Amino acid sequence: MSGSERSSAGIPLPGADASADGDSAGNARDSVFAAVGWALARDIRVALRSKGELGVQLLFYVIVVSLFPLATSPSREVLATIGPGVLWTAALLASLLSLSRLFASDFHDGTLEQIALSPRPLMALVSGKIAAHWLTAGLPVALMAPLLGVQYALDAPVLGTLMVSLVLGTPILSLLGAVGAALTLGARGGGSLLALLVLPLYAPVLIFGAGAVDAARAGVSAMPQLSLLGAGLLLALVAVPFAVTAALRIALD
Amino acid sequence: MLINWFRFSSPVSFYPVAGSWSYAFGATAALLAGAGLVVALYIAPTDATQGDAYRIIFIHVPAAWMAMLIYLVMAGWSAFALGFNTRLSAMMAQALAPTGALMAAIALWTGAFWGRPTWGTYWAWDARMTSTLILLFLYLGVVALRAAIEDPRRADRACAVLALVGAVNVPIIYFSVQWWNTLHQGSSISLTGAPKMAMTMLAGILIMTAAAWCYTIAVVLARVQAIIVERERGAGWLESLIDLRAAR
Amino acid sequence: MSEFLAMGGYAWYVWMAYGGAALAIAVEIASVRARRKRAFEALRMSVEPTLRSPSMLGARGER
Repeated sequence: MSGSERSSAGIPLPGADASADGDSAGNARDSVFAAVGWALARDIRVALRSKGELGVQLLFYVIVVSLFPLATSPSREVLATIGPGVLWTAALLASLLSLSRLFASDFHDGTLEQIALSPRPLMALVSGKIAAHWLTAGLPVALMAPLLGVQYALDAPVLGTLMVSLVLGTPILSLLGAVGAALTLGARGGGSLLALLVLPLYAPVLIFGAGAVDAARAGVSAMPQLSLLGAGLLLALVAVPFAVTAALRIALD
Repeated sequence: MLINWFRFSSPVSFYPVAGSWSYAFGATAALLAGAGLVVALYIAPTDATQGDAYRIIFIHVPAAWMAMLIYLVMAGWSAFALGFNTRLSAMMAQALAPTGALMAAIALWTGAFWGRPTWGTYWAWDARMTSTLILLFLYLGVVALRAAIEDPRRADRACAVLALVGAVNVPIIYFSVQWWNTLHQGSSISLTGAPKMAMTMLAGILIMTAAAWCYTIAVVLARVQAIIVERERGAGWLESLIDLRAAR
Repeated sequence: MSEFLAMGGYAWYVWMAYGGAALAIAVEIASVRARRKRAFEALRMSVEPTLRSPSMLGARGER
């Protein structure tokens, strides 16, 4: 990309490189995908620059999950019972922790404002950012969880359901969390306020996600819960970016 | 009497209306509550199974209904605030949140004291109580966000978005909690159990609900008056009010 | 009367429930009234300097 405008992070802003003019409909479509792709690539690049931070967030998940046996009991029956809930709840908390980097640093150095002013559709850029957040925060947790599930005496088929439920659920957490992150930009109260706003919204995801794993543990099909998670994900993909964009515009005014 | 509602759509013109209506609704609430309490504590017969403990429903049910209703009204005003960008709509939403939270808290408190003698435990994680708890958290989130944002207009819009996101989620939350509860109900406790309704019991609940509704309107209108004065300070018209009203 | 207060043996539950609700409502009413009063006082304070008339003094005769 050879754009002349660069953000303070040294990465070209969208729209700085004028794409070739095609028909307007195609241009608009390409523009949306290009915007999503641009935001996705940029955020992943930024995240990979501080791999340490990503590692720490994943480590947080591991540590929290490891604490619960200390608080309850090392007996396999107890652990197997609480395992799905613990693995899922810790995923919620890890998601909360990672949300602070979604908009905050861009907001504080003015990049977010420049992004919003660019000709590319803000909703597309926002979707790209959220997708990048999921890839760097949610997906690692979903992949790590089965390994930790072994600590909780859960068998392979249950672990498989655990991973599927988290792969379906963590994007929803990223999406809903983005609403909270956008609303609390520059507000006092920090992470606790974000948690208060977002955790009630997370409750259904937690219920169905952990419920799916419980069903697998009982030997029953988890398809109802997983289907509901999938449906929730589709609904969130369609509806939530709209709310996040509105919240961002409010914060940037 | 035809009222041109838009006359009242600015804080300036709404202010005196809010004042007189607040007192009117407050007086009505007091009367209705008085009648309702007489029915609840005296006229309604003692229940065969639950004894006199069931009388708690005369507070619990109206409070739970109000908690839900107030959230819907708050979401409605929030939609107006975002759609028409009117200050007063946002102020009404701001005034509703604390009362809604209070109603949810009262519902939880009374529900716990009803649950203990009837089903043996103060907190049973049944679907309705758990949903009401989450509703309380949603209310507290709106109040907290309002307090955390300095600029009042930005707070208006942010809280409006939050209220609407919450409103969309409330049915989802309710459904998921309901599902979760039925799945885990190993015990034979059925926690929907209000006693079979005698006419007096139904009448008592309706009277108390009407009282709660009037009380809510009275308190919210009084609060919105305070909010109008707080936020419109510096606007010229407020000075004339000091002459007319002692700090009542 | 004592029968009424005893509530068939469920006195603790009934009166804690009713009492808690009454307390919450009383607190809300008091806090809204205090908030209105504070708002008026702040308004009065901000406007005071422009009003020279002695009739504008508060009940305690303060500025």
